[in-house]
Order: sequence, then C-alpha cells, then structure tokens
Amino acid sequence: MTTTLPAYDEVVARYEPVIGLETHVELGTNTKMFCGCPTDFGGAPNTRVCPVCLGLPGSLPVANKAAIEATIRIGLALNCSIAQWCRFARKNYFYPDMPKNFQISQYDEPLCVDGYLDVEVNGELVRIGIERVHLEEDTGKTLHVGGATGRIHGATESLVDYNRAGIPLVEIVTKPVAGTGALAPEVARAYVTELRDVIRSLGVSDVRMEEGSLRCDVNTSLNLPGQEWGTRTETKNVNSLRSVERAVRSEMLRQAAVLDAGGRITQETRHFHEDTGDTTPGRSKETATDYRYFPEPDLVPLAPDPAWVAELKAALPELPRLHRRRLQEQWGLSEADMQSVLNAGAVELIEQTVAAGASPAAARKWWLGELSRRANETGVELADVGATPAQVAELQGLVDAGKLNDKLARVVLEGVVAGEGSPTEIMTNRNLEVVSDTGALTAAVDEAIAANPAIAEKVRSGKVAAAGALVGAVMKATGGQADAKTVRELILARLGVQG
Amino acid sequence: MAAISREEVAHLARLSRLAVTEEELDTFAGQLDVILQAVAQVGEVAAADIPPTSHSVPLTNVLREDVVTPCLTPEEALSGAPDAEEQRFRVPRILDEDVAS
Repeated sequence: MTTTLPAYDEVVARYEPVIGLETHVELGTNTKMFCGCPTDFGGAPNTRVCPVCLGLPGSLPVANKAAIEATIRIGLALNCSIAQWCRFARKNYFYPDMPKNFQISQYDEPLCVDGYLDVEVNGELVRIGIERVHLEEDTGKTLHVGGATGRIHGATESLVDYNRAGIPLVEIVTKPVAGTGALAPEVARAYVTELRDVIRSLGVSDVRMEEGSLRCDVNTSLNLPGQEWGTRTETKNVNSLRSVERAVRSEMLRQAAVLDAGGRITQETRHFHEDTGDTTPGRSKETATDYRYFPEPDLVPLAPDPAWVAELKAALPELPRLHRRRLQEQWGLSEADMQSVLNAGAVELIEQTVAAGASPAAARKWWLGELSRRANETGVELADVGATPAQVAELQGLVDAGKLNDKLARVVLEGVVAGEGSPTEIMTNRNLEVVSDTGALTAAVDEAIAANPAIAEKVRSGKVAAAGALVGAVMKATGGQADAKTVRELILARLGVQG
Repeated sequence: MAAISREEVAHLARLSRLAVTEEELDTFAGQLDVILQAVAQVGEVAAADIPPTSHSVPLTNVLREDVVTPCLTPEEALSGAPDAEEQRFRVPRILDEDVAS
C-alpha cells in the first residue's frame, strides 16, 4: 500500500504530537542480575548460563547488589525519588527468549519514580518528565531458522542462546512529552542523547546503541489542537540516535495521513526500518493484564537504606549538561563553537587531550580538523578514528617544543592514525623532526641567498616582505622540516635587516 | 456469581498455550471457581490494618556481591533440552507472540 504522505510543515500546523520514550540500558556489571554468570559480550552460545538463568527447577535467584546500586544512581541522576520499599514482579508471557516463561521485572513498585531530565534543543531547555526507572533482566537471543528467508515469518524453528538472559536491564520511561510541536523529533533525539551521556558519566553502562546496550522504543501520537491526546503507537527497533529522530518524524507523517483520510490510529507496536526510514506494523499491543504480573515470590523485597541512598546521591558526578557548560567557559568557546564540538562528538576527547597537557585551542584544532575529516572519510566515530587524546597531546607537545611544524605534525598524525606508533616514535623513525641545527639551516639559507641574488638585494634594500620567497626556498631545500619563523629570522639576520 | 468465568479460563488457557477442550473448560472453570472462593474467604478476614502479604518471611535486601561464579558447560546446559542445534536450544517457531521488555 502506498499512501502519499503530507508535508511535515503541514502536519505540525494541523496536529500536535505527543511523544514518550522507553529506554532500556544493559548495565555493565560483572555478573547477571540474579546469578553469578559473567556478562561479557560475545561468548560462544550458552557458555554464560547456570541453573538460575536457565530457570531450572529448584534454583533460586539472588539480586545483584551492584545492579541495584547502579539503578539507584541512575534514578538519582534523573532527579527521581527512590522507593523506600519495592518488589520485583513476574511478567508472564509465552516466548522462548526467557527459559522460565516469565521475565523478572518490576511492575507497580519501581525502584525509582517521578523525576526529570533537562535537555537542550536549539539552545532552549526542555524538561522531560521521568515516570519511572525500574530494574529487570534481559532476554536471550533467538535465531530463526528454516524456511527460505531466515526471517521470523518464514522460519520453522528458533535456536536460542541464553548468554544474555538475565543480564541486568534498566528501563527508563518518560512521562508523555507534549507541546514540543515541530521540534518533537529533535526533542526525542536530544533526550536519548542526554540520557546516554548521563548514564555514561555514571560509569554504569557503556550505552552503545549499535551493540544493543542502549535500546529505545518511541511512542508517538497526534491530536488536533485543544483536543484529547490521540491513540499512540510504539515504535521498536530504533537503534541509533538518528533513527530516534527519524522514527518520530516518520510516524507523525504516517499517522497524519491516516487521520487526514478519516481513519483511526490502531494502538500497536511498529517496527522501524533503518534502510527506508519508515515503520511497519508488528503485533497488536496486549494489555498489561495479559502479562499476569504478580510479586516475585523467590526474591524478598528491596528496602534501600536511606543513608546509603544519600551517600550515593552525594557522590554523583557533575551532570553532562553542566559539565559541558563549565568546559565551554574554561575553553572560552562561543555557543556556536561549542555546538560544533558537540556535533562532532569531541567533548570528552578534547577534555582528555587538555588533561594530557595540550591547550584547549590546540586540542580542538586537531579533533575538529584533521581527525574529524579523517573520521568522516572512513565513516567511523571520532573516538574510533585511531588516535587517542594522549597521542594528540603528545603531538601538540612536539609542536610546542618546536620539534614539529604544522605540516610535519599532520604527517606524523597520519602515521599515528595508521597505527605506526606514538608521535615521538614516528617523528624519529621517519626522520621528520624540524631541522633546528642552526649550522645546517644557515647553510641552506646561504644557498638560497646565493641562488636568488635579485630577491636578496630587494630585502637588503628594505623590502622585508620579499624575504618570503627565500623562506620558501629554504623550506623546500629542507623538505619542509624547518621552522619557518626561525628560517625567516636567520635570513633577515644574514642580510643585515631588522625583522 | 462465579469468581471466574468460562471465557476468562479460555483466555488464560490461550495465554498459557494450553489446548483445552470445551468439556475441560467447563470442568476447570468450576474447579477454579471453588479455589478462588476459598481464597476469597481469607480476604474477608483481612482487616484494613493488615497489609497484603506476598512473602512469608520478614526479610528485605537479600543481595549478593557482583562476583562471577562458575557456569555450566554448554553440554550440561543443553543436556536436558529436547533438541539442540549449533549449541543452541532448538524450539518450534513462535509467531506473533509477546516479547518481553
């Protein structure tokens, strides 16, 4: 079915969007939520399992203290209240991704409730309400086989690997976000970005969307101005920050087309497709009662000691948004300059480069210039470009010490990215150090003067600007390995002119 | 009035993937009704000052440290499985079902 979609501007002129986001974060604990199996990524199938996470009869779960602590810290960072008493609940459903036939989750008693996260969109602060933060266990991985396509619809069998089953999973649910109008897609993206940064700053998860340790479901509805909120759909399979924005936008357009044609929105789960940028329907949304939640009898209630919670709160790191503000001031950047640093994903890299000894300006120059260009060309994240902050700081140290000029430094940096070693090693191995031996330079200067008598005469007669040609000649003769400023001084001194 | 209807029993059977015959539905609805009514008598006794109990022991915060313990080998893990392939549990396909989280 092909429907012509209305223009986005028209949609937001006629309808008001309401969005909501459910985000799942796999915690970076050593062990699973309810057993001591390791959580490391990428083991051979069913090598990280035990009677507890396989749900074998007689096994009993015991909650991981580190996971409880991490969840409380996330809740505190999101300005939530921490429950004084709460329980885990069984969520019953029929699907082989959990061997127990249920998932241990939390239902009406989440560990953290009622908070908010402030995010910046186009320089404006938008406060996103947080409904709840709760703890549950991740599910196993099913591989559908048989049939022609390898997809679930053609499959005849499922093969299940339970290595991930039982890994602590934190679910963070926003309150409905209304009133953002045309900015709704950007607000959604900004929220997930900020949430990711907050969780990363807490050090409780590596929050990598591409590896699935941060996953996002996006709820979207449209309503006419002044009227009740519309029926919402839940879009799953949104696996990148860019997709969060695209999924909201695409769902707004689709729903507007349905409503414009006099149709009704079905409450359903939809799947986002990275390649086409649109969504297709999944299963109909079942009601919560079908999950037959009840308190998990095998786990006793949690009652976090208020003194412990206060301790965790006092030890929270500075929030990323405030941290960025402080850095912007320290680095003396304009709003626009800071924005370009943010867009490049370079904040932490520059910060670490400065910590390793480089000036903020130099650190920014390398990360936003040469290295950003390189990352764009090769299609990798800036952090994965092949140079570390320590190496960039070392490189700049060589420049500051006069051992490398700008041109040579770029050559050395290319070597670093290519994995040839540290900047100092590359400089030494490839003999790239600036010629600072005055004897050798003086010889090159004398040669240049002898080879260009007319220019030398001009300079002697006071046309200092003409010295540039001589500098160029010396630089050429030394293969670019001289410091241009030193060369210029030498030439002027040789010709008896004041610089 | 019955504490549970025949339709509710049929719905629960579907959620649990139990193939229940029409006759069995009648039988189970009747039996479950008796059980639920018996349980309901406990509710009548419970006064407002008695909080609902989900756990019989007055314990909270039974937690373990985040320390790795030995796992089963894949052979052990799969030894009780009806079928396995590629070191994975092999099960019939399940379509259009609930997926957690």
